[in-house]
Order: sequence, then structure tokens, then C-alpha cells
Amino acid sequence: MKNIDSYTHLRGESLFVDDIMVRRDTLYGLVFDSPKAHGKIISVNYTKAETVKGVVKIFTYKDIKGENQIGGIIPDEPLWAEHEVHFQGMPIAFIVAKSEAIAKQARALIEIEIEELPVITTAREAKEKGSFINAPRSFNLGNTDKVFENCKHVFSGTVFSNGQEHLYLETQGTYAIPMENGNIKVISSTQGPTSVQKIVAQVLGVAMHKIEVDVTRLGGGFGGKEDQATPWAVMAAVAVQYLKKPVKLILNRHDDLRMTGKRHPYDSTFKIGLDKDLNILAYQVEFLQNSGAAADLSPAIAERTLFHATNSYYIPNVNSIVHSCKTNLPPNTAFRGFGGPQGMFVIESAIALAANNLGIDKRIIQEKNLLSENDEFPYGQIATKVEMKNSWHTALKHFNLEKLEKEVEEFNKENKRFKKGLSLMPVTFGISFTNTPMNHARALVHIYQDGSVGVSTGAVEMGQSVNTKMLQVAYETLGITPDKVKLETTNTTRVANTSPTAASATADLNGKAVLKACKALKKRLITVSSKMLSERKKDIKFEKNKVYLKGKKTNISWEKVVKQAMLDRVALTENAHYKTPIIHFNKTKEKGHPFAYHVYGTAITEVSLDCMRGTYEIDAVKIVHDFGKSMNLGIDIGQVEGALAQGIGWMTLEEIAYDKDGRLASNTLSSYKIPDVFSAAKKVAIIPLKTKGNKMAIKKSKAVGEPPLMYGIGAYFAIQRAVKAFNPKHKIKFHSPFTPEKVLMSLYEK
Amino acid sequence: MISFILNNQTIKTTAKSGMTLLDFIREDQQLKGTKIGCREGDCGACTVLVGSLENDRLIYKSITSCISPLGNANGKHIVTIEGVNLEEKLNVAQQVMADNYATQCGFCTPGFIVSITGHALKQENTHSSCSDSVSGNICRCTGYKSIEKATNVIEELLKKVDSLEVLVAKGFVPAYFKTIPKKLQQLQTSKHSLQTTEGTIIANGTDLYVRHADRLSLEEVQLIGDDTSLKGIEINNGICKIGASTTVTEIAENKDLNKLFPKLKSFLKLVSSEQIRNMGTLGGNFVNASPIGDMSIFFLALDSTLTIRNKSNTRELAFKKFHQNYKKYDLQKGELITCISFKIPDENTKFNFEKVSKRTHLDIASVNFACRISVLNKKINKAMFSIGGVAAIPKVLEKTNQFLKGKELTKQTVKQAEVLLQSEISPIDDVRGTIEYKRLLARQLFFAHFVELYPNEINLSSLF
Repeated sequence: MKNIDSYTHLRGESLFVDDIMVRRDTLYGLVFDSPKAHGKIISVNYTKAETVKGVVKIFTYKDIKGENQIGGIIPDEPLWAEHEVHFQGMPIAFIVAKSEAIAKQARALIEIEIEELPVITTAREAKEKGSFINAPRSFNLGNTDKVFENCKHVFSGTVFSNGQEHLYLETQGTYAIPMENGNIKVISSTQGPTSVQKIVAQVLGVAMHKIEVDVTRLGGGFGGKEDQATPWAVMAAVAVQYLKKPVKLILNRHDDLRMTGKRHPYDSTFKIGLDKDLNILAYQVEFLQNSGAAADLSPAIAERTLFHATNSYYIPNVNSIVHSCKTNLPPNTAFRGFGGPQGMFVIESAIALAANNLGIDKRIIQEKNLLSENDEFPYGQIATKVEMKNSWHTALKHFNLEKLEKEVEEFNKENKRFKKGLSLMPVTFGISFTNTPMNHARALVHIYQDGSVGVSTGAVEMGQSVNTKMLQVAYETLGITPDKVKLETTNTTRVANTSPTAASATADLNGKAVLKACKALKKRLITVSSKMLSERKKDIKFEKNKVYLKGKKTNISWEKVVKQAMLDRVALTENAHYKTPIIHFNKTKEKGHPFAYHVYGTAITEVSLDCMRGTYEIDAVKIVHDFGKSMNLGIDIGQVEGALAQGIGWMTLEEIAYDKDGRLASNTLSSYKIPDVFSAAKKVAIIPLKTKGNKMAIKKSKAVGEPPLMYGIGAYFAIQRAVKAFNPKHKIKFHSPFTPEKVLMSLYEK
Repeated sequence: MISFILNNQTIKTTAKSGMTLLDFIREDQQLKGTKIGCREGDCGACTVLVGSLENDRLIYKSITSCISPLGNANGKHIVTIEGVNLEEKLNVAQQVMADNYATQCGFCTPGFIVSITGHALKQENTHSSCSDSVSGNICRCTGYKSIEKATNVIEELLKKVDSLEVLVAKGFVPAYFKTIPKKLQQLQTSKHSLQTTEGTIIANGTDLYVRHADRLSLEEVQLIGDDTSLKGIEINNGICKIGASTTVTEIAENKDLNKLFPKLKSFLKLVSSEQIRNMGTLGGNFVNASPIGDMSIFFLALDSTLTIRNKSNTRELAFKKFHQNYKKYDLQKGELITCISFKIPDENTKFNFEKVSKRTHLDIASVNFACRISVLNKKINKAMFSIGGVAAIPKVLEKTNQFLKGKELTKQTVKQAEVLLQSEISPIDDVRGTIEYKRLLARQLFFAHFVELYPNEINLSSLF
């Protein structure tokens, strides 16, 4: 089944927030933000701006009736700055005017005086100055100190991975509308409708039931709209509360780039110890996360970095620590992989360094240490139903790695100007919110009296086709045709208290709830049918809108059963709740069983370097991926391809740049480049790994959103190999992204 | 009054000619299929087609409507996503995209469909592929592989198409397209010219609208993009003359120029995207005066001459004297560049263009570099190197050029010249690269010119 939104997407008829018909009296908002990264606000003069014709009101923290606080995990972030600013782009005021153009004119007239304070832009500097978001976290297994002494080989090094701009094609936006009695309806491009509802209520000083949040779909989210869709919705709502008129706020691209956080840059230090047989015996790692100026989701992201610090390897002695470092950048936030990619890049770097220094292929160390059944993760979970080696060896065999390696070797012998490089990237990624209480969802399913079905869940559609999967679960369970089912918008009045659409787990959680609801409804309708037919319930089945008796089609239709159910006063609505069983995690001990299951896979990346110009192409990425029993392979392959491109982008050409004053230099689409059609890998082959699937996943179809992003890490090491083939003197570094600049400098390093 | 056909509807509007076409479409006409992604021509979500009558044939080109003035729609057929939809089913391109899972969040999708439709509407499809047509469309969800699959299928299906009638019959575009030429002709007769001498002078706006859209939107602008006296490519008596309002696409597609520069298309593929090449003009690139303007670098190496006119006079100026300092150039108030001309190179002369940017396509260069070298009996007769991104202006390497003149074409010569080159450039650290990188890149691309043009005489490893 194709993405159920295909028809309207392709015709330009899908509605995004900015496309919704607005009320005639709608006003438009624009954010006035800090021009300095750190300082005390001496004065702000709005007088000239306020006199611009068409400006209705400029809102500041003084206009807030509730709390000036939007922090999700830690309450450390004001909606609008009061007396200090902590990053360039920090919202200070909100201009509401009759048009966006008028608001822009007004914004240019606001005068601000700031007494500048020292600016921290890197995590290292923050650590030196003791600037942290919260206390560090540490996961440990075995005893590294003791074991390092006995290791034959010990290597240590540093790693930097840069941030990444989400670059959802649809910028952040919201449309807030006053309803009767002080109620407000907020249409938002958010991955977390409940957090928008909660924070709006908190800032407005009203009860949550007065705020209705509705989401039709997002033009891309990737984590960037998990927490950071909230402030814009809140600002519009504050204005609505005051003005009693609808307010629309769509961030223009430059405001969005400047004001929102990104994937966290990490500065890391590692030490790895191996025995003579290349078993990794000990691994010590310190992660410095550049969290930006407020907590946002940083603590949770830091935690996931630790969860994935050993990637797909079993290491018996691990000492890992992460510091969330407070800097003067916009608060960095969730981005597909959620700290996992940063953790994995470090262990892969450590192995690359060991291999380089030992003069062997990185693959040998990787292969030697792959995770096996019943191995213990540093966080205490015992690995079960492990598919790591299966995916690895399937990849080697299916894609004939030895032949590929030989081809690269021969090519490099014969060519001077061009070099090729090859790398392998295993991925093991845990599925579940690592904060156990978040692993729940609900579905509300109505069967209307004509037999059509409406499904509401807490899942937000943002291109991942979660709605398509929900629809599949519904129609397959009920035994009706897909056209009978409609997916409703995600709305807090229909499904409340939801977790955000994140952690790759949304289809699992919400799908299981839909399954439960549909099963309950079907059970009732089977009872109705059994009365209609005077037959036993267990002999009755529904299939494609028909009632089947003992496998034979009857002349009773689904519609007829529903009609009868109405006459019998049977409830045709069901609300189901699902929570992931088994999982738990003790944050004091830092041990537990946080993940429902893991997703496994292996990618082989091949690149070509033009050693004259320092440019490169990704020739191929060949992947064996563990989809479980995919319920929609076309869609799931699309997720792998998209995540891979983002991962490669993060590792190669996407370069966030802040200057020393904390100003974003890559502040336009002409200075921040994401992959285009030509820079995508020339060939992408994806082979589904044959497995038995996992019951914890919806219909045994494993989560797919985030894990494949980390295949992109392979591109870094493939480029590194190719550089090394041209310039043996190159001292390998771990500093992503591997831009054409770094490639050329490395090629000619002396 | 601006008159044009928007999809199947005739528009007559008194809106400001400087308003962006995008805002007119979305706000004035409430057609919401055209999306706002960046407002700087860098994402393609707002792609629309512009159809214009050229010798009674309708030629369609894709453009990004966010940086296009409404006034330029005058007399044209503007096609948005709504205008390519069939009544109650997907058109061929849409269906193939759906079949290949080529849409995820859907925000960029209309732009892709419009670009692909633009490709389908081209009567000659030989010079660029269907996937080239989406070079200016960014997608963050799919990773492009599904889109490529779709464009490959569409390419195959288009092989059997040779006319608009067939396109309509096969369901690529709705039937009303057949009525457009006639409607446009009727429109032409009632066309009001947009006369103003006050507003900002704009060709097609690809640079000015990136920076000044808010201001320009409120103006009646002076539009010179369609001024036929500023357009065209002609070769007479060994001189090639190109009008200043000629677009990069028009240059890339010109047969004579392709004979002169056999690799022209691959050079120009490095310049921006299909949508921007369809709008960006030579004159615009020159007066944008960016130190890394691709077309400036290209034409500096050709030792070109500008023709500049004002109300009463015309003057000629060596192009290398045009750029004086950062964003300062020799053009007085009231003056306009009308054309650029250069001598047709003889058979001993070769030309090359190099450009390296972070992303190979649709990106601004870290360093771009062009050269024209004439070699006779293994001696360099004349050399003209021009380089961007390493000085305040697009730079002609005068000393290097002078040095090379009369020298033997050997690796020693190249190495010595490279040392000189380094003394002529003064790159700065910025978002396009560090000083060290730009210097190294300048060296590498300098070598690349020789390696590309004289592979028998110079190879890369001999230069180290």
C-alpha cells in the first residue's frame, strides 16, 4: 500500500499549517530576537515599532498571565527573555500586525541595548568553565581501569561531530484561533501536540482543557518539531488570549535557521583497549554534548548517547560519561537518532584508530567484536533475538564484500588521480522511549452507522507514513477494505496525554492501540453477526466488507452488520490504551531493560575521490536491514533511503558554522547545504534481513525511522580510507563533516 | 496592468509588478499548492512554469516563483501545480511518483511535479534528463532514490512523446494546454506594456530578490528581462556577442556556443540549478559583482568586452576593468550593460572552467576558475586565467597570464606559474572555506586546467 496521502501530496492539495484558510480578522506575528549571544538587556525601545501603521501590539514577558516558562524536562527556558539573553536568536518580543510585511517593518525599528557578557560556543570551553545543564550521567560495566592494564593495545583519541540543521522543508508554524469562553484552538506543525497543549496552558495560566491542539500533518519534522514547535504556538496563543483574534505565525526560513536548535555537536575523548586477538576488552569514553543555552531535550539525548556508546559491539568493560554542556547557542534538540549517532561515531572512530595504528583493516576489529545473543549492554539489558552477526554476514555474502574489496584495491593501484574507499557500518539501535513512562499510546476508533471508520491516534503524520500503517492495522483487523477507513487529524480532544511522535516507536505504540481497539469492535460485531446468522461466533469472519461463515461468503455485508449493531444499541466506538510491557530502567543504578527490542543492520559504503579537486561521490551504499516482518516494505525502504541520505549529509557536506560571537554563519540555504539529487549515493541497495520478526513490534514490523540514519556514518570512514590510499602520510582525524575542504587538506597533508 | 494566463485562467491585475510571483499565487489567488520553503531560490518548493511564445511555439521553463517579479509574468502562461492536475486522477508523472513511493511528507512534492512537467513539455528532450530537471528541488525525506526511479520511468515514457497533443492524450498535462497559444496571442494584442522609469532595474531577479524581496515587493520595478534588444547570441566576423539579459540556459542551449565550447553544458551544469539558470542573466551576474560570480569568471577568461549604454551614449569597456573593488564596479547612474562580446578563439586555443563547492551542484563556489590558453608548437602563445573566491573581485591573474606568455608548456612552467598565482590572490576565511583551503584549491584547479586541457603534456602526479 502506498502512502495514503500520495494523491493529495502529488496534486499540491495536502494542507499544511500555512495553507489553511484563515479567518478574515487574522493577525500575523513575527518574533523579535536577540542580536547578541549573551548579555544583559539594558533597554528595549518599542516606541517607533509600535507606531507603524498596522501594528496591533508587541508582546513581551510582561504580557504573560501564567508562567514565562517553556522548558520541557527542566524549567530553564523563558518564552521571552526578561533581563538576560543567552543565545543569538533568543525570542524577546512578539510583534502582532495586520500583515507579516508590516511586522517586518516594525521589527527593524526596535532598538535594543545589551551589555555583552562572555560567549561560550563550544562544549569544551563550557566544561572548562563548569557550565552545565545538569549533572553528568555515567553508564558502566566491568572494570575498565583494571582491564586497560592488561590490554595488549591501548589507543586514545578525540572526536568531534558537528551539529545538523533539520531543514524540514516546511518551517515552524502555527495558527491559533479564539473559541468561545476563552478556549483556544491551536493548529500547530508539531510532533508533540500534548506538550504544545501543556505549555500553552502553563504560559497562559489556564487549564489544559481550554486548549485544543490539532495537527493534520508536518512538512518534515526529524525531531526538530518535537519540542521546538512549542514556543511559536505559545506565542500565538498568548496573543490570542489578549487580542481575542486569530494569530498566525509561520517562521520564515532565516528566522527558523537562526532561532531554532539543531543536532548537538559533540566533543568526545576515548580510550580503547584490545587484546592480542583484537577483542575489545575495555572502552572508556567521555562525551561533551553542546546543549546550547537551555536544557530542551538535551538530558534525554545525552542519555541515548550512552545507550549507544558501544553500538553493535560487545565490550565487557565500559566506562562512559556524558556532560550536557551549557553554551550560548540556541538550545540544541532532538534530531533523528537522538544522540545515538554521536555515540556511535565515537566508537567507530576508536576502532578506526586502532585499526590504523595496527595497520589492519577496520573490518577485522569490527567483525571480531559484534554483539551476540545474551551479551550484556553497559546499561544492563541482556541482548536477545540478536540479528547483528546475521545482518553482517548476510551483507558480506550477498554483496560479495571480498570482491568489492579486491576491486577497490586494484582500482587504487591503477589510478593516481582517483581513489576509492570502502567501509562497513553495523548498527544496533534500541526501540522505546528511554524514559519508560512515555511508552504508551491510545487510539479512538469510531465505526459510523454507514460502516465507514474513523481512526484517531496520538501519532503525528510527518512523511513517515505512520497514518498509512495505522490504516493498514485498522482495515486488516476489522476485515474491511482500506477505503472504509479514514485517519483523522491528531487532536488533543480526541486522544489526550500523548507522547510525542518520536523515538521511532510511534507506529508500534499507536498501532498496538489501534489493533486493540479494532479487535474489541470486531468482537462486538461478530456477536451481532452471530445473532443475525444464528451461528457460532468462532465460525464467523469479516473479510473485505463481507461476512464469512465457516470460510464461505454470506450475503451479509459489513454495512448490514453495522446497521444491525446500531439497532441493537451496540457501542461502535472504542478507545484503547497500550503500554509497552517488560521495559524498565533504574536511573539511580543506570541499569535496566529500557528497550522493547533492538533494530540491527549493516551497510557497506563505497566512495570515489577526485584527488585533484578534493571532491567525492558516494558510489554505492549496500545495506542489509532488519525490518522484522515489514508491514509495508515500500514505505520502510523509503525510510531507510531517507535516513541514510540524512546520515551521509551529516557526515559529509552539512556544516553548521557559528562564529566566536555565537552568530550562525550558515544562516541561509545558500550557505547550509543538504544533499541534492546529484549528491545522493549513486546506488542504494537495501536487502531485508530474513528474521522471525519481533512480537513487541506492531505486526512484527520493526521500527524504522531512526536506525538507518547511522548507516551514513560509513561514508566518513570510506572517505577516510580513500584519502589514506592517496596520501599515506595523512594522520587520520575524527572531525565530521568530512567536507571537500577537509578532504583536500588531508590529501595534501605533509 | 499585468496580464497573463495562470493555469487556465486569464489574469489582469494592478498588483505591484515588484511583488513576488509566489505571493501573488498564494495570497492573491489563494493557490496553496505552491509552497514556501526558503524564499531564496534554493529549495524549489515554489517552482512554477513560465510558458512564453517564441516564434508561435510555446516554450516552458521552470522557475522559482519566490524570487521572480510578478511583472515578468506579463504576456506569459504561468503554470502552478494546480494547473497540471487532471480532473479526477493523477497525471502520468504524479502516478509514477506515487508508484515509486517518491513522496513522503509532501511539502516539496508539488515543486518536483512542476519541474518534471516542465521537462515533459520540452519539445526536445535530448540535452538534459528528467532527473536534471529537478536539480533545483530539495527533498529532505526521501534521499532521492525513489524520485530518481520515478524520473527514469518518466524519461522512458516520454520517449514516445513528440508533441503537445500526445502529452495531453497520454495524460501528462490537462487538455487546456492546447488552447494556451491562442489565448496568449489574444492576450498579446491587449497587452499593456509596463512602463516605468523609476523603480529598481531588474532582469529576472535571482539575486536582488534573495536580498531585497520585501522592499521590491512594494515597487513598480523596471523589468528588462524580456527586452529583446538586450537578448540574443550572435556571431559575426569572428566576434561573439551576447545580450546582457540572455539567461544561462539560453547560453547552455545555444548551438554555436556549444560548438565553440564542447563542454559548455557540463560547465554550466555547475552553475546553480535548472530553475535559476532559466532566470539568471549574464548582466545580472556581472552587476551582482560577487567575487565568485560564475559567469563573471567564465567571461573574464574570454577577455570579453562590455557594451554599456545610457540614454544618449554607448561605450565599450574591457570586462576585466569593470569590477573595481568589492561590489564596486564601473557603471554610472542611468547606465545599463547591453551586451558582452569576445573574440572567437582559434583552433589552437582551449578553454576550461573549474568550480569546487561544498555541494557540487546548486552551490556557491569555494573557488571557481576559468582559463583560455592558446598553445602553438608547445609554446604558450597567450594565457588568460580568471579566478573567483580569492579576492575582493572576480580576479584576472594578470601577472600569471603575463608570465605564461611565450613559455614552453612544461610542468616546470606550470609549477613556476602557480607560485606567481599565489602571490596574486588574497583569499579570506569565510563560510566557503579557510584561507589555506582556498589557496590549495587555487593551486589544484590551476593544475586541473592543464591536466584537463593538455593531458599528454601535463599529468597531475608530475606536478608534485
